[in-house]
Amino acid sequence: MHTVAVRTLLSLGLLGLGLVVSPAMADYSLINMTQGVTESSRQIYGLHMTIFMITVVIGVLVFGAMFYSIFRHRKSRGVKPAKFHHSTAVEIVWTVIPFVILVAMAVPATKVLVDLDDTSRAEMTVKVTGYQWFWGYEYIDEDVQFLSRLDTDSDRARQLDSGIQPASVDNYLQNVDKRLVLPINTRIRFQITGADVIHSWWMPDLGWKKDAIPGFVNETWTNIDEPGVYRGRCAELCGRDHGFMPIVVEAVEKDAFQAWLAERQGGVVEDSANTATIDDESQVSDAVAAR
Amino acid sequence: MTATTHDHAAHADEPYGLKRWFVTTNHKDIGSMYLLWSLAMFLVGGAMALVIRAELFQPGLQLVDPYFFNQMTTMHALVMIFGAVMPAFTGLANWMIPLMVGAPDMALPRMNNWSFWLLPFGFAILLSTLFMPGGGPAGGWTMYPPLMLQTGMAFPFVIFAIHVLGISSIMGSINVVATVLNMRAPGMTLMKMPLFVWTWLITAYLMIAVMPVLAGAVTMLLTDQYFGTSFFSAAGGGDPVLYQHIFWFFGHPEVYILILPAFGIISTIIPTFARKPLFGYSSMVYATASIAFLSFIVWAHHMFTVGMPLAGQLFFMYSTMLIAVPTGVKVFNWVATMWRGAMTFETPMLFALAFVFLFTIGGFSGLMLAIAPADFQYHDTYFVVAHFHYVLVTGAVFAILAAAYYWMPKWTGHMYNERLAQWHFWLSTVFVNVLFFPQHFLGLAGMPRRIPDYSVQFADWNMISSIGGFGFGFAQLIFVYLLYKCIRGGQEAEARAWEGAEGLEWEVPSPAPHHTFETPPVVR
Repeated sequence: MHTVAVRTLLSLGLLGLGLVVSPAMADYSLINMTQGVTESSRQIYGLHMTIFMITVVIGVLVFGAMFYSIFRHRKSRGVKPAKFHHSTAVEIVWTVIPFVILVAMAVPATKVLVDLDDTSRAEMTVKVTGYQWFWGYEYIDEDVQFLSRLDTDSDRARQLDSGIQPASVDNYLQNVDKRLVLPINTRIRFQITGADVIHSWWMPDLGWKKDAIPGFVNETWTNIDEPGVYRGRCAELCGRDHGFMPIVVEAVEKDAFQAWLAERQGGVVEDSANTATIDDESQVSDAVAAR
Repeated sequence: MTATTHDHAAHADEPYGLKRWFVTTNHKDIGSMYLLWSLAMFLVGGAMALVIRAELFQPGLQLVDPYFFNQMTTMHALVMIFGAVMPAFTGLANWMIPLMVGAPDMALPRMNNWSFWLLPFGFAILLSTLFMPGGGPAGGWTMYPPLMLQTGMAFPFVIFAIHVLGISSIMGSINVVATVLNMRAPGMTLMKMPLFVWTWLITAYLMIAVMPVLAGAVTMLLTDQYFGTSFFSAAGGGDPVLYQHIFWFFGHPEVYILILPAFGIISTIIPTFARKPLFGYSSMVYATASIAFLSFIVWAHHMFTVGMPLAGQLFFMYSTMLIAVPTGVKVFNWVATMWRGAMTFETPMLFALAFVFLFTIGGFSGLMLAIAPADFQYHDTYFVVAHFHYVLVTGAVFAILAAAYYWMPKWTGHMYNERLAQWHFWLSTVFVNVLFFPQHFLGLAGMPRRIPDYSVQFADWNMISSIGGFGFGFAQLIFVYLLYKCIRGGQEAEARAWEGAEGLEWEVPSPAPHHTFETPPVVR
């Protein structure tokens, strides 16, 4: 019985380990949280790594003791079992030490939470609305608003048995027709709501997600450091096409943003929410498929 | 009438065949039915999980429509929680609690019969919704409005099914409380009870407290849909987030309902195979009670992203972190029980050790999830999926399997095939990690849960996870075969099937006779 166990462990364990480890070496971003591009997202990443390392250390100690015991204190080695069954001192120690670690962890977590909660001093405000199944963006007081949907290439490829290889599509399922353009080094307040059901606007590079709830407006904020294109997704189950309403943020320099905004304000008619009739290809296909 | 003739008459009247199982009030028969029911539902829910893993094997939609995919994620959870794990624990309670406390049966045997027989009807209703116009429920097992209100014809049937299953759970719990508090053998004080009995007693109170809350929440959904109320609709003055608060006030104690009896099982098995008494019995009892208490004040950690006031977020973060203290005490006590014991590694012990190791990993990710700002990233991703499958599959399900192997000799009178059992253990343990460990990576890298298709950077880990899923799923068929063989025959089990086993259940012969402890034993 022992040999079965050992042989099975070795063969399957090695197979499993090989499968698990080899692609992991390729890219760190495929196995860990992004540090993101804001001060807050880096603080969140820091909390994540701190608590992770704490659990690793505790794990090494506890599992170390456990495996030492499994190898040393086994009947086949002829040991006689001890008789002890409690120790008040030890039990107090291993109640108090975790408590102290938790308090030490709660302090920085509280700091970050308090900071994230403060939506004052914003230089501009963007209203985000979740729809089944696309996003609406409105630049408050700027008279610019538009809807942002899954791009048509992804939409064609994602149909059941489309025959299109997802890998052949540029940014499959994480590309949109109109990006949310934002300026860098600007404190931006988000007002997030839902039009039909609850959605959740998640942009990993900003460090957070926030639920978009019909009838309520949630506030949060960000301040992006680096220009770039950042991709996120809806995170709250919102119906059939929950998996197909990506988010793309394009962060640009302040003056480029102003130029973009001015251009948009010139062409508001074309892009305003008033044109949100069911003429878009992706929405038609959704409506047909959902019956 | 003498005791002998009475006994004789009782047996002559006993129904046989199918009728025996319909009308039985015997705790062992009912326990067996619960356990077999649970195994059947484990396979049904597992098949649904395999539909999910097959669709996620590679990017692009190959097999199912996204709406059907959502029905599968929803039903998988409902079937596994209400059909597999909870009935398995109730089955173990039925079989073992009277034997462990020296009672002749459960306190309320007719109600016991009814609480079991509600299950097939409840699940007939629930599973039939998959064939209704508009399909089954697809809004997730959490059934958040407004999305849940978009369910088709299935909607009232799902809610009725949940009511039926809730009634079944409440009755089962009342029975456990009544049995434990009234029917213990003389001399068995509360602090002499086996830990499995203790954890079940506390679990039963949790269930009685929160199942009505779930019933209330889903009834409010029902009236919102059909009777013009607007509890959860902002347009009518309600609040969709109110539902989430009510649901998780049920839902968080519920996750401890799914794990506390498992703690009791592990606390029974480790001392047996370490041949050493459980370390810190009374601190185990207090830790269980603390966890149960804390479970009522942490619910909103499932909702850190809904936009709570800062004070609320801080409160729920701190209270959630606190749970790590009593849970840590339990893990430390288990390791201390092994320490300087004389261990052997039969299958129940292997599953128990895997439980300690893998459940603790689930506990670690739980501690990470408690950190509210980090949860803004983790929430609703595969990291959460990995977390709760570590605590529910390698936690609750592994404990149930450990219990099944541990008590199978007592139930069937035969020893199971140890060789097959070890295959089952090793295949399960390896594949379950191949299945769920990569899901941590997927979640951290940005993959949300409950999506039928994903962008291509997630392809590798999903493929590995799916391979693990199929491996784990098919490994369970070994258990089904092994159980069948063990019921049919095998090496005769002794009354005390394991060398180090302690407790009243090992004083009666194996298999346990139909009636036991008609005269209560005396516990010194």
